Amino acid sequence: MMAFADGMRRMIKGFMLKHGPGMITCEEFETFILDYLDGALPPAQRRVFEWHLKICRECRDYLEAYRASIALGKAAMQEVDAPEIDEVPEDLVRAVLDAREK
Amino acid sequence: MRDTIRFQYRCRQVGSRPGPLGSSLEADRLACRRIADGGPFVIDAENQTLERIRSGDPGETGRFVRTHIGWMRALATRMLGDPALADDCVQEAFIKAFRAIASFEGRSSLKTWLHRITVNEALMKLRSVDRRREDTIDDLLPEFDQNGCRIEPPWGAIPTPSELLEQKATRELVTAHIRDLPDDYRIVLQLRDIEEMTTAEVADILEISESNVKVRLHRARAALKRLLEPVLRGESE
Repeated sequence: MMAFADGMRRMIKGFMLKHGPGMITCEEFETFILDYLDGALPPAQRRVFEWHLKICRECRDYLEAYRASIALGKAAMQEVDAPEIDEVPEDLVRAVLDAREK
Repeated sequence: MRDTIRFQYRCRQVGSRPGPLGSSLEADRLACRRIADGGPFVIDAENQTLERIRSGDPGETGRFVRTHIGWMRALATRMLGDPALADDCVQEAFIKAFRAIASFEGRSSLKTWLHRITVNEALMKLRSVDRRREDTIDDLLPEFDQNGCRIEPPWGAIPTPSELLEQKATRELVTAHIRDLPDDYRIVLQLRDIEEMTTAEVADILEISESNVKVRLHRARAALKRLLEPVLRGESE
C-alpha cells in the first residue's frame, strides 16, 4: 500500500515537474548543478533551479550530500598530505641540486 | 627597485585620492594600491631570485629548491598516491624548471609556473604506469525513476568534515575512495576541487575542452558522493 502511494506521488510529481510552467525535472536539475555551484547560471536559470530545490526533497538532500562529499574529499586529501610539506628529505633536495649542477 | 622607490614616493604624494579614470593621477593611485598589496615587492624579489638562479648561484638555487620542494612533493603525492613516484616526479619537475627558467617570462608567479610543471610531470608519470584509466563509473551515478524523479533516500544532518575526519581511519577511507576513481575522473576532480585550478586551466593542461572537464568533474563528484555516503551517514567502520 505504501509502495503504491509512493509510486502515485512520484508519478504526479514527475508530471508536474515535466509540464508545470517554470519547472524542470530532476534529470534536468542534475545538468545544472555544476554551473549552479560555480555561480555560473544566468539569473533566469538560477531561479528555476532554486524553485526546483524548494519543491523537491530528493534533489535538496542530494545537493546537500554532493556538497558535503566535495568538502570532505578536499579536507581529507589536504590533511593526509599536509605533514609531508614539513618533512622534506635532505637526500631529495641534494639529488635535485646535484642534477642542477650537472 | 628604483621604480618601487619612485612609486612609494608618489604614494605619499598622491595618498588615496581617486583621480579621473585614465588620468596619470589615477594610474599612480592604482600603482600605489598594487604596492600596498605587496605586488611589486613580490615581483622584484622573484626577479632577483630568478636572476641569481639563472646565473648559477648555488645558495639561491638551494633556497629556491627548499622553498618549493615541500608543496611540490605534497601535490605530486596527492596526484600519484605513491611517495616514491612523487619524489621522482618532483626531481624531474625541478630538472625541467631549471632547463626552462631562462625562458620564464614572469607572466605568472614562479609558484604558479612550478605548479603547472609539477602537474604536467605527474600526468606524464600517470600515463607511464599501468592504471585502470578506462573503468566506468556509471554504477555510481545518480538514479532516476521512469518519471524522471530522483531516487534519493532522505538525509539527516550531515557532520562537518572536521567532525568526520577526527578518525584517522576515516581520512584514509576517504582518500582511498578518491584514489580508486578511474584516472580520467580522479585527475579532473583533484585538479579542480583539491588543487583549486579553474576549469580553463584544467582543460588547458589536460588538452581537453572545458565542457569535457565539466562533464568529467560532475560525474567524478557524483561518484565520490555515492562512495562516501556510508561515511557521511556515519555508517562506516
